[in-house]
Amino acid sequence: MSAVILAADDIQVAQNIGFGIIAAIMVIGALKVVTSKNVVHAALSLVLVLSGAAAQYILLGAEFVAVSQILVYVGAVMVLFLFGVMLTRAKLGKETDLDQPKAWLGVPVALLMLGVLAWVLIDGFQDERLPADATSKAAVEISDSVLGPALVPFLALTFVLVAAVIGGIVLARKD
Amino acid sequence: MLAHETAASAGWFLDNAFLIPVIPAVAFAVIILFGKRLPMKGSEVGIVSMVGALVLAVGTTYQWIQRVDAVHGGEGEHAVARGVYGFARGLLPQAAEGGEPYVEPVIRSWVWWQSGGLEFGLGQHIDGLAVMLLLLVTFISTLVQIFSLEYVRGDRRYTHFFASLTLFSAGMLAMVLAENTVQLILGWEIMGLCSFLLIGHWWEEQANSRAALKAFFTVRVGDMGLLVGVAILFGAFGTFSIQETSRIAMDPATSQTVLLWAAIALFIACIGKSGQFPLHTWLPDAMAGPTPVSSLLHSSTMVVAGVFLVARLYPVFYNGFDIAQNGNSLNFIAVIGGITIVIAAGLAFVQNDIKKVLAYSTVSQLGYMMMGLGVGAWTPAVFHIFTHAFFKCALFLCAGSISHTASHHSFDMKKDMGGLLKRMPITSGVWMVSTLALCGVPFFSGFFSKDEIIDNAEHNGYPIFFVIGLIGAFMTTAYMTRATYLTFFGSPRGAAAGEHHHDEAHAEEHELGLATVGHDAPADAHAHADHTAHAAHGHDAHGAHDAHDAHGAHHAKPAFGIAGESPILIAAPIAILGVLAVVSGYINAAPFHIEKFLEWVEPRASEFAPAIDHATFAWSKAMPSIVLVVLGFVVSLAISRSVFGDAPSKLKGLTERNAVLGAGHRFLVNKYYLDALYENVVVKAVAYPIAQAAYWVNQRVLDGVVNAAGAGGRRTGEWLYKYVDQGAIDGLAVNGSGKAARGTGGALRPLQSGKVNQYGALLFGAAAVGALVLVIANI
Amino acid sequence: MLVNNFLLLGAVLFCIGVYGVIARKNAVMVLMSIELILNSVNLNFIAFSTLHGNIDGNTLALFIIGVAAAEVGVGLAMVLLIFRNRKSIALDELSEMKG
Repeated sequence: MSAVILAADDIQVAQNIGFGIIAAIMVIGALKVVTSKNVVHAALSLVLVLSGAAAQYILLGAEFVAVSQILVYVGAVMVLFLFGVMLTRAKLGKETDLDQPKAWLGVPVALLMLGVLAWVLIDGFQDERLPADATSKAAVEISDSVLGPALVPFLALTFVLVAAVIGGIVLARKD
Repeated sequence: MLAHETAASAGWFLDNAFLIPVIPAVAFAVIILFGKRLPMKGSEVGIVSMVGALVLAVGTTYQWIQRVDAVHGGEGEHAVARGVYGFARGLLPQAAEGGEPYVEPVIRSWVWWQSGGLEFGLGQHIDGLAVMLLLLVTFISTLVQIFSLEYVRGDRRYTHFFASLTLFSAGMLAMVLAENTVQLILGWEIMGLCSFLLIGHWWEEQANSRAALKAFFTVRVGDMGLLVGVAILFGAFGTFSIQETSRIAMDPATSQTVLLWAAIALFIACIGKSGQFPLHTWLPDAMAGPTPVSSLLHSSTMVVAGVFLVARLYPVFYNGFDIAQNGNSLNFIAVIGGITIVIAAGLAFVQNDIKKVLAYSTVSQLGYMMMGLGVGAWTPAVFHIFTHAFFKCALFLCAGSISHTASHHSFDMKKDMGGLLKRMPITSGVWMVSTLALCGVPFFSGFFSKDEIIDNAEHNGYPIFFVIGLIGAFMTTAYMTRATYLTFFGSPRGAAAGEHHHDEAHAEEHELGLATVGHDAPADAHAHADHTAHAAHGHDAHGAHDAHDAHGAHHAKPAFGIAGESPILIAAPIAILGVLAVVSGYINAAPFHIEKFLEWVEPRASEFAPAIDHATFAWSKAMPSIVLVVLGFVVSLAISRSVFGDAPSKLKGLTERNAVLGAGHRFLVNKYYLDALYENVVVKAVAYPIAQAAYWVNQRVLDGVVNAAGAGGRRTGEWLYKYVDQGAIDGLAVNGSGKAARGTGGALRPLQSGKVNQYGALLFGAAAVGALVLVIANI
Repeated sequence: MLVNNFLLLGAVLFCIGVYGVIARKNAVMVLMSIELILNSVNLNFIAFSTLHGNIDGNTLALFIIGVAAAEVGVGLAMVLLIFRNRKSIALDELSEMKG
């Protein structure tokens, strides 16, 4: 399948190779996230995946999202995760109790989904190319979009964040 | 000659009528944020805001009347109707050719938010209907808030009460001057929320919180109709604007099917909100709220919202149901309205709770309004909103006054009232006047509106509804006579006679010296220990005799003494309403050829409004209803005297002796078994099988799949042991009350056993399979 | 570059995330798997945004990042609460929703 993915043609060899390397890192990292016996290792693998995603965004010309990804995900969310891990489990070493007894159930389901998705995508997009001169999206464009047509979802998001802050405090408060 | 009309302004008040709901909305925020710190706990903010809104509404009314007179004063001044009105969107309709010119409403609109190219506006659509309701709502709200000052004094959620009351008025006002259907939904839903808060104001008592939930859910059932109806209208017409919608609905080219479906959906919303049959069951239960709330909700605001919606989007209903087609059509609105009149009036006969009599009376009168709209009598129906608001609000406040002062917070007419006529002169006087108005006795306000509806029903070719209207008039008089007799005549009973229900309990409390001010547990909230402070007026509903307060200082009455008239803050609003219950009818008194209301409120036939035909009044036509009213009075009085009077009578206990009458009585007492129908049949027939089916699927199919995949009988055996034996038996053991768990929730219980991952697997697996099926189907 | 490169990468990540949600027992690990799923969706959004030269995908991706942050915050607060009450965050031990 990697032959299909990397059906690199004459142009943009560098990007394709870059994509391949990052993608490989991401997939391996993701597999580590879901299989690792060590919670901290899993969290660090997740960092790898998220950083890889940021790199892919840059490849796709979405620098602003990439920077947000690094700031929010790798910076903030991961710290939250590590805190969560440490506050709930003092143990940093291996644990045997991370998986369900019926973990194997996930394999057929995931493979089935992957099969369907891969089929649909390969069938649907064939070898459609991204525009070669994909210019990066300026932050000003995004801000115009966020504060223009997408203003209502944006406001909704702000409400969600406020609710999350309040909810987090209420839930985690000791009394 | 009317050049000033074409200027950019229609008058300051008309242009800025949108401020009317804004004032109470701001006041609501102020009360919520700072109310508790203010000297009067926020009530002053509420009242000031309502007075401010009232002043603006009066100004608006004045300028609207000027505007109408300016147009109609100069016949043929078509130019007037083309006036440019401020920030209107440039809709400049033509006046209808011939007939009286159309008075252009004052429309302003601002973009509230936009999404995906759709703009949602907020604005104002000021026409006669809106002006009338603005005035009505602000006026009644002001009086009710003044009344509440005294009535809920010392309540533990005093500030919240006024906050909800103010927001409630804001919601109604916002809906009344809605420029588009989205704003209409906004106001509608604000009212729904506030009615929930207010009805459940004393939620500590189970019955009250149940009533609040019932009101909320029942109305929600109807609200689905509103959303669907607005969506249909928007989908078909591409606009939210009420004026545009009306114009398109009036357009002969518009598909009648679309209008019909939109009208049905919208009318379902009105059924829920306005307590029409079969969703009227929430309204009497809503009496669990404090009396000022009942009087506000059930006279001028909440429940007339549905009537308002029909009147506002009348072209949709008019053409959708083809109301113009005289008499040949039994249209939905008129049928529902007619059924409601009779059904609700029947129920009013068997109520012992004075507020419930009034509640059913409200339902019945709303039936009149709906029926009026259904038979094409737009103006009489809207006029009935106007007159009904005054006398019904007066009646509710009288009930509150009696309970507050004379009967120890009881509303039971049979147990705790009687003989109050001389003791409470203002209250009883206003009650009498309002009752006469409600019954439609000539020269009181109800006569001018109700009789017009009945008259027009015949005039427009709906003879069936003419008869129903007459039957309703008869029944109205009869049940009101019964209620009046029980309340004011005969000998005082129960609390009205000075008895108190829990004297022993109080004695104990006194001995123990318990200061239970603000205590909320129903059984022991007797705040007697502190006579200077007012106790929680916690529970004035449903035979709750607790929280009886000592009206110490300013009542100048002994704590258990026989009550006199209520204090001024209660009596004054009642008196004002009592006067209005008489005079409000004279705005449009057909017998005296006064038709000001018609002139000011009714939209003239144009591309926005259908032509409304009016019956001409004649005393001869009014005679049947007058005769029936008198007959109802005589019959009911005779029966009431013999049944409830002190003298022995054969009629006493008749329902116990006569099987047929007894069955009828039981049928009425059980509210036609509608509640039982909803709770037992509908809920069981719908929810229970679903729960059962879900249980079955879960047990047999889903788990079966999991296990078959896992393979082997041993596993099945293990599974059975683990889930059925341990799960079920453990569950029973833990519950202790396992017997009761076979209900809906119990059947759904196994669905939520908490096996998150298994359900995740099933969910994703099913999604994948579903996607696969879709893909294959689309190849 | 083929657009399918990114889309298939997204699909792979998504399915790995699904596997994680199903297979993991530890609540924190489940939350991490959900993050994987969200990121794969983001990748798709950005890829389509570039494909169509449209800014909407970027906007949505930002929204998803924001929502994910909120979700993790609340999720972890709940996990902490559960842990404090029960000294365990194993999901199958939380199955007390039996009425």
